[in-house]
Amino acid sequence: MTIRAALCSAGRRRRLVPYLAAIALSFAGAPALAADLIVSAAASLTNAFTELGRSFDAAHPDAKVQFNFAASGALLQQIAKGAPVDVFASADQETMNQAERQQLVISGARVNFASNSLVVIVPQDATSLPTSLADLGAPGIRHVAIGVPASVPVGRYTKAVLEKAQLWPAIETKMIGAQSVRQALDYVARGEVEAGFVYGTDAAIMPGKVRIAFTVPTDTPVLYPIAPVAASTNADAARTFVAYVASPAGLAVLARYGFGKP
Amino acid sequence: MEPAWVALGLSLKVALWATGIDLIVGVAVGFALARWRFPGRELLDSILLLPMVLPPTVLGYYLLVVIGRRGWLGGWLERAFGIHLIFTWQGAVIAAAIVAFPFVCKSARAAFESVDAQFEQAAKVLGLGAAAIFCRVTLPLAWRGILAGTLLAFARALGEFGATLMVAGSIPGKTQTLSIAVYEAVQAGQDDLANGLVLLTSVTCVAVLLLAGRLAPARIPGRS
Repeated sequence: MTIRAALCSAGRRRRLVPYLAAIALSFAGAPALAADLIVSAAASLTNAFTELGRSFDAAHPDAKVQFNFAASGALLQQIAKGAPVDVFASADQETMNQAERQQLVISGARVNFASNSLVVIVPQDATSLPTSLADLGAPGIRHVAIGVPASVPVGRYTKAVLEKAQLWPAIETKMIGAQSVRQALDYVARGEVEAGFVYGTDAAIMPGKVRIAFTVPTDTPVLYPIAPVAASTNADAARTFVAYVASPAGLAVLARYGFGKP
Repeated sequence: MEPAWVALGLSLKVALWATGIDLIVGVAVGFALARWRFPGRELLDSILLLPMVLPPTVLGYYLLVVIGRRGWLGGWLERAFGIHLIFTWQGAVIAAAIVAFPFVCKSARAAFESVDAQFEQAAKVLGLGAAAIFCRVTLPLAWRGILAGTLLAFARALGEFGATLMVAGSIPGKTQTLSIAVYEAVQAGQDDLANGLVLLTSVTCVAVLLLAGRLAPARIPGRS
């Protein structure tokens, strides 16, 4: 490198410093503010909780809710690995029980706030409509979208009913594992699978694309629990949000999206 | 650990197929871009580079829309041949091949451009046909660059995750590659399985890199 080139690059480096500092500062400023409330909620709650969050923010101007939607099992793993979450809402009791066993949530403050139904859906343009679980074994149904039972509650409910009907081994060979209930819904809406297991509330958000073939009775009711996270640095706001979800105002929003009373 | 070996075998199968396809198409397109002058050449070059820049989710969405059952290509394939690409390992190959394509194509173009045209002209004067010139003069002079790109493409195809998950789903033994198996094990809190899988993945990648160093000792950057 010539002296001139060295001087030039040194000059350039000096000019770069303020920019780099600005970038570094903006990165440092990114973590959530103290008033931000991070709520990890089951994917099936996406639409209802988004609206519920808006009305909560309006009623509590000092707090700002941020949502993290995914399969309940995935959310549990994030919390277990130390994600800075304040409230956890799961789509089944099993996932919340695991959270309680690992002392990740405050068990005394756990409440059930909604119920749902398990349904079999088919693409809108499906020519034949299955009417029972046994119909899913027919050769015309090549793929069935089911949430991965290990981490997606809807998959766990589905596996339980299919096992009870002694159809699990037959249907498992047709199973397309979905990473959340919404992915199963999307696979059916695109017509990539002939049928899928989702919640009644999910089927209702895509009325022109999927049809409910039949409702599946479950032994364990589809019951949603919510609880403040034990490691939350925002415990008061977390409890306020949990109370708001279970309040008449919260339940009214949930009912509008088709969720039943707990 | 048995599911891990199944996933590894599937990953290697998908990556080998994808690299094979990329090698044939990438060398042809790279040669065309290096030697032919046609309108829109640089635009085509940029479009072919897109898979390297676009988020894999965008590619996955494009693929779903195009080769899905309701897509124009996927619909035609199903009506005409009964071929269904979504949720098959062949679908995973297509996703991996597209994601890894720029590595072969870019390095093939650069390798062909670095071949001195005088050698080809000399061969022409000596009476060789176009195909013979390509096989006996151009390709032997360019192969090291192409090989380096191909190995990178293989590595990229082996690690492909986002587009594959969207297009091929996650069917154990069928479309669940190593990277997807890791994701699923972590989601489900199966840390033991995840540990085994990431170890296996890391060892495989180191083996690929060592092999790459052996095959192309001088030309891979950082290994001179």
